[in-house]
Amino acid sequence: MATLQSLDLKRRSATAGTPPAARQTLEVSKLIDISKCIGCKACQVACMEWNDLRAEVGEVHGYYDNPGDLSPSTWTMMRYTERDNPDTGDLEWLIRKDGCMHCSDPGCLKACPSPGAIVQYSNGIVDFVSENCIGCGYCVKGCPFNIPRISQTDNKAYKCTLCSDRVAVGQAPACVKACPTQALVFGSKEDMIVHAQGRVADLKSRGYKNAGLYDPPGVGGTHVMYVLHHADQPQLYAGLPNQPRISPLVELWKGAAKNVGLIGIGFAAFFGFMHYVVNGPNRVSKEDEEAAVKLKEGGK
Amino acid sequence: MTTTHYVEEPTTVTRYSAGARVNHWITAGSLILLAVSGLALFHPALFFLTALFGGGEYTRMVHPWIGVVLLLGFTGLFLRFWRLNLWERTDNVWLGRLRSVLAGHEEDLPECGKYNAGQKLVFWGMSLLIVVLFISGVGAWDSQHAFLKETFGISFTIDQKRLAILVHAVAAIGAILIWIVHVYAALWVKGTVRAMMRGSVTGGWAWRHHRRWLREEVAADGKKSDGK
Ligand code: HEM
Ligand code: SF4
Repeated sequence: MATLQSLDLKRRSATAGTPPAARQTLEVSKLIDISKCIGCKACQVACMEWNDLRAEVGEVHGYYDNPGDLSPSTWTMMRYTERDNPDTGDLEWLIRKDGCMHCSDPGCLKACPSPGAIVQYSNGIVDFVSENCIGCGYCVKGCPFNIPRISQTDNKAYKCTLCSDRVAVGQAPACVKACPTQALVFGSKEDMIVHAQGRVADLKSRGYKNAGLYDPPGVGGTHVMYVLHHADQPQLYAGLPNQPRISPLVELWKGAAKNVGLIGIGFAAFFGFMHYVVNGPNRVSKEDEEAAVKLKEGGK
Repeated sequence: MTTTHYVEEPTTVTRYSAGARVNHWITAGSLILLAVSGLALFHPALFFLTALFGGGEYTRMVHPWIGVVLLLGFTGLFLRFWRLNLWERTDNVWLGRLRSVLAGHEEDLPECGKYNAGQKLVFWGMSLLIVVLFISGVGAWDSQHAFLKETFGISFTIDQKRLAILVHAVAAIGAILIWIVHVYAALWVKGTVRAMMRGSVTGGWAWRHHRRWLREEVAADGKKSDGK
């Protein structure tokens, strides 16, 4: 993608200072109601259609996930989990639409070393700006959800854009448009939370006492949220992280290590220079040279 | 000034062969290019350094390959010099009198062999850090991970990649600090740079800074001429 909405930036990777903040757009969110999903993959197809992407045809591994993983040309995919619920004895088919969560505190953006290669719009969408991407793979390390994929063809990182191009002109993302059961809905984040609360109440009334909304506070909340029947165990849904946050290793790398490191290098150079200023050069004296000559002659 | 070393040279001692000097400068060049290209990605304020390598993409691409050159170059230096850098009892005395070292009072220090304790610490510190930098660098080298998996069956989890890049960044800072000490020492102690440029030092330099080494060289020379 490209930065089409430079006036609406909230954050820009590897950039100091505040992006333009004169106007504020509505914070949006996509809500994925897993209890309504029938696993038809219409959203997957719509994503390919709208973004004009075709993953290479792969192999069938005997389960429904197809393609088997996210890739530079697969920005969303359904992950299927069969579960024997030990409490009810029910067989549950948990189907999760995987893709970028559009975190409020995006680890990918925090890790990115290239100015403006990852941006966050004030509506909450996190976008990769390919012309600034250098292909280092730092976003892969920063993301708590294992989302970005680096293309072997052009060495650029790719992921779901939440159809930032469509949203910019008042359209819902392509996947939402295609969903036949309205398991996917899109709107202001505020409205989506209210909508989710209604869904959660409904699920609870039908016996899913742990139903809830997945809007993880560890990453400041997300702009893609899930309604889960088992919100107490998100990991049941093909490893959706329980309490995700930017890894402490990444925080350390991008925080203390940078500042302490640069200050340390600065001090070392400073002390070296000052040592010279105070002590002057360490020179060989005439006596040293004479002593060496004497030694050499004596040794012969 | 330094010119006196070149005009009236009372006596000189050979310190580095042509091979050792070429080996050293290949290693030094790659280390500097690595530090500059690495720092360009290390902090946004230094991203402008990517311009020296033709932009961010080239910087990202070329850095790890220079790392491979560094590893090969340093391996050569290691094989040449490791024996002379083995730690000795007198090195502890030298280190204990760091104050005299920094003040340039070498008369208070034990006589040094070819390398003093400071040089030995630089040698072993760099040896360790370059191994760490290489291993962690491979762990962060995303564009080659598909190749590593297909060819050697080596793959990395995301947490391992996170650890790799953190360790790499910290080790790089360590290597740059050691590099500053190394370069400063060479500039501060006059007459040192020519050892790596021309391969020789003056007798006075050797007498002042590495007297035991000079004695050994003179003794060896004497034996050689006796035998002839
Ligand atoms: C020995 C072999 C080495 C290898 C294979 C290697 C590999 C890498 C890789 C793959 C990266 C990520 C960016 C990219 O893909 O270009 C990187 C970053 C970096 N490297 Fe190296 N490197 C090596 C040696 C060094 C040395 C000797 C230094 C410094 C003296 C250094 C300093 C850095 C720094 C500062 C970064 C940026 C880390 C950050 O963004 O926080 N590297 N290196
Ligand atoms: S899910 Fe990953 S790629 Fe998406 S915004 Fe969050 S950190 Fe970035």
